[in-house]
Amino acid sequence: MELLRFTTAGSVDDGKSTLIGRLLYDSKAIFQDQMEAVEKASKKIGGGEVNLALLTDGLRSEREQGITIDVAYRYFATPKRKFIIADTPGHIQYTRNMVTGASTANLAIILVDARHGLVEQTARHSFIASLLGIKHVVYCINKMDLVDFSQEVFDKIKKQLDDFSSKLDIADVRYIPMSALLGDNVVDRSKNMAWYQGSTLLYTLETVHIASDANHVDCRFPVQTVIRPQTTEYHDYRGYAGRVAGGIFKKGDEIAVLPSGFTSKIAKIDSYDGEVDEAFPPMSCTILLEDDIDVSRGDMIVRVNNQPDVSQDHEMMICWMSQRPIQLNGKYAVKHTTRDARCIVKDIKYKVDINSLHRLEDDKEIKMNDIARISIRTTVSLFTDRYQRNRNTGSIILIDEGTNETVGAGMIL
Amino acid sequence: MKYNLTHLKELESEAIFVIREVAAQFENPALLFSGGKDSIVCYDLAKKAFWPGKVPFPLVHVDTGHNFPETIQFRDELVKKDGVELIVGLVQDSIDQGKVVEEKGFNASRNGLQTVTLLDTIETNKFDACMGGARRDEEKARAKERFFSHRDEFGQWDPKNQRPELWNIFNGMKNMGENFRVFPISNWTEMDVWQYILAENIELPSLYFSHEREVFVRDGVIYSDGEFMNKRPEEKIEKRTVRFRTIGDMTCTGAVESPADDLTKIIEEVAATRTTERGTRSDDKRSEAAMEDRKKQGYF
Repeated sequence: MELLRFTTAGSVDDGKSTLIGRLLYDSKAIFQDQMEAVEKASKKIGGGEVNLALLTDGLRSEREQGITIDVAYRYFATPKRKFIIADTPGHIQYTRNMVTGASTANLAIILVDARHGLVEQTARHSFIASLLGIKHVVYCINKMDLVDFSQEVFDKIKKQLDDFSSKLDIADVRYIPMSALLGDNVVDRSKNMAWYQGSTLLYTLETVHIASDANHVDCRFPVQTVIRPQTTEYHDYRGYAGRVAGGIFKKGDEIAVLPSGFTSKIAKIDSYDGEVDEAFPPMSCTILLEDDIDVSRGDMIVRVNNQPDVSQDHEMMICWMSQRPIQLNGKYAVKHTTRDARCIVKDIKYKVDINSLHRLEDDKEIKMNDIARISIRTTVSLFTDRYQRNRNTGSIILIDEGTNETVGAGMIL
Repeated sequence: MKYNLTHLKELESEAIFVIREVAAQFENPALLFSGGKDSIVCYDLAKKAFWPGKVPFPLVHVDTGHNFPETIQFRDELVKKDGVELIVGLVQDSIDQGKVVEEKGFNASRNGLQTVTLLDTIETNKFDACMGGARRDEEKARAKERFFSHRDEFGQWDPKNQRPELWNIFNGMKNMGENFRVFPISNWTEMDVWQYILAENIELPSLYFSHEREVFVRDGVIYSDGEFMNKRPEEKIEKRTVRFRTIGDMTCTGAVESPADDLTKIIEEVAATRTTERGTRSDDKRSEAAMEDRKKQGYF
C-alpha cells in the first residue's frame, strides 16, 4: 500500500474542515470517542448539526475562535492507500503554514465556494501549489447544495479555474463538484448531480498515480552521517548514510563526490535490512565506496556524468516567513540538503502579486508571506538542481542568525 | 522494477532520516524510552539507523515509580541484552527534593509531576535534543507538532511560535541552554506501529497481550490493581481477561477487555475498534486541552 500526502486549502467559510471531517467520517477513520467529544463540543458552541470542523481544530484558541491557526496533520487509510493530510489555514496571514504543509505534498485539494467561484484566495493557493511543485491539484467546487446542484454554475467556475491554472505549472488538474456538508461526491457519489460523470474525491485520492513523481533520473545522495563501527567484526567498515534524493544508485556505479570531485565506484549499498542492489528515492541507505576517499556530512555523491550545478550564486523564488522584511545585503544562515552555509542577499528582483501573477518590479519590500525572486551568494558551493526538477536538491531554507528562526523558504530556479 | 515504497517502508525511511539528522546536528542527544510500544519502535529504528555501528546516544526513562512492573522488567532486560546506556530520572527524587508535590485523593497520579523530573534530567545530563515516540495522530495538541520541536530554556512549548518545517530540511539551530524534542515517528498512526511491529517481529512487554489480571472498575474504566493504587472501599478486586492498548502509569491507564493474545489478533482488534488509542488515558481527560497545557509547561 502506498502513501499519499496531500494538502487542503480554503478559506474559513469554504467548508474545508467539514470536508476533512467528512473524509474521515465516511471512510470510518473517526473513532467513537472522538465523535462523542465533537458532539459534546458542538453542543457547547451552538449551531445545529454536529460540527465536523471541530475534529480538526485542535488548539484551545482555535476551538474558541472557530478557525484553524496552524498546520494540522490528520491521518487515515483505506484498503488502497494511507493518507497524510496537511490541513492548512486559509488566511493570507498564514501563508507560511500553507507553504510548509505543501512542501512535502504530492497533491493539493483546493476548495472553491460554488457561490463565489475563483476568488483571491483560490488564486493564491493555486499559485502556491504550483510554486511548491505539487504535481496534482484537485479543485473541489463545494456547497453545490447552495446553488441547486447546477451544472451551469459548475461549468462556469471550471472554465474560470481552467483559464487561471493554465498560466501555472501544474501537470494534473481536476475538478469535482461536491457538497461536503451533505457528503455528495466526497466518498459517495452524489445522487443530486447525475450530470457529473467524473470520480468522487476519495476515488481520486486512492488512484492518482504518484509513483512517477519523484526524480528517478538524476542521481543525488547527500551524505547525512558517516558510519564507522570500528568493531572487530566491522573494523574497516566505512559507510555513508543518507536518503536518496534523486535517481537510482546501483552497485558498481561510477560516482563522484562533491565538492572534492574525487571519483570512485559503489562497492556496496547497505540498507538496514541487508544489502540491496539498487537504491531510489525516498529510501534511506548506506553507501560504501571502493576507494578510501574523504567523504563527510554535507558532501554529495553523484554520478560522474550527471552532476548538479555547483555554485555559490543562486537565483530563487522565496516565500518570506519572518516579521522582519528581507534585508538586501543581509546575511543569513542557509541549509540545503545536509549542507550548511551562510549567505548574503545580493539582489531582490521583484515581488510577485499572487492574485494577478504579475511581477512587481518596483516593490522590493519583501515582508512576511510575500513571494519574491531573489539572488544570494553563499560562503561555500551548494550542489543544486532546479526546484521544478528535484524538490530535494532544489529547496533551501534561510535562517536568521540572531533568532535561529527559519525566515525564508527558497526554490531554486 | 517498481520504484516506489510501501507506506511502512516510506515511513521507516523518513524516521531513520530524522534520527540520523538528530545525531548529526546535536552534540548530546538522547532517546526517551518508556517501555511502551512507540518508544520500543523508535529504539528499533535507531538501531537500524546506525547499523552496523552502535546507537550513539543513551536511553532515558522518566520513572514515576508508578509503572507497571512488567514494563520495568522489560526495560531492564532490553538494556542488558543490547548493552545500551540507560539513564533513569526518578520522580520520587523530585518529590523528595521538594520540587513537586504528590497529588492526593483517589484519582491521584504522578503524570503531571513527570515534567519537572524530565526537565531536571535534561539539565543534569545537558541533553540538547530528546527524541521520543510521540505521534501526531495520538492527540489533538500533538497534531500540530513539528518533527523538530523547539523548546525554550524552561523546556516550554509555544504553539504560536513554532518554526516552519519545510521539505526534509530540519532546522536544529539553537542558543545555549535551549533544546529540542524530536519525534521521528510523527507521521505513523497506531495501526502503522502495530503493522511494523508485526512485520519486524519486535518484542513487546506482555501487558499489550491479553492476560488475566486483578482489576477494579472506576467510572467505567478498568484499572489494574497495584500497591500504590488508591481504592475506594466500594471498589472491589476482580479477575478479568484484559490487555492494555496504551501504557502509561498504572494510576492513569485503563485496560480493555479483550481476548487478543497475539499480534495478528491485536491488529484485527485495533482495526475494528471504535475508540481512540488514548481514550483510556485519564491524564488526557482532565480537561479539553489537557495535553496542550502540559506541553506548554514542558511535558513531552
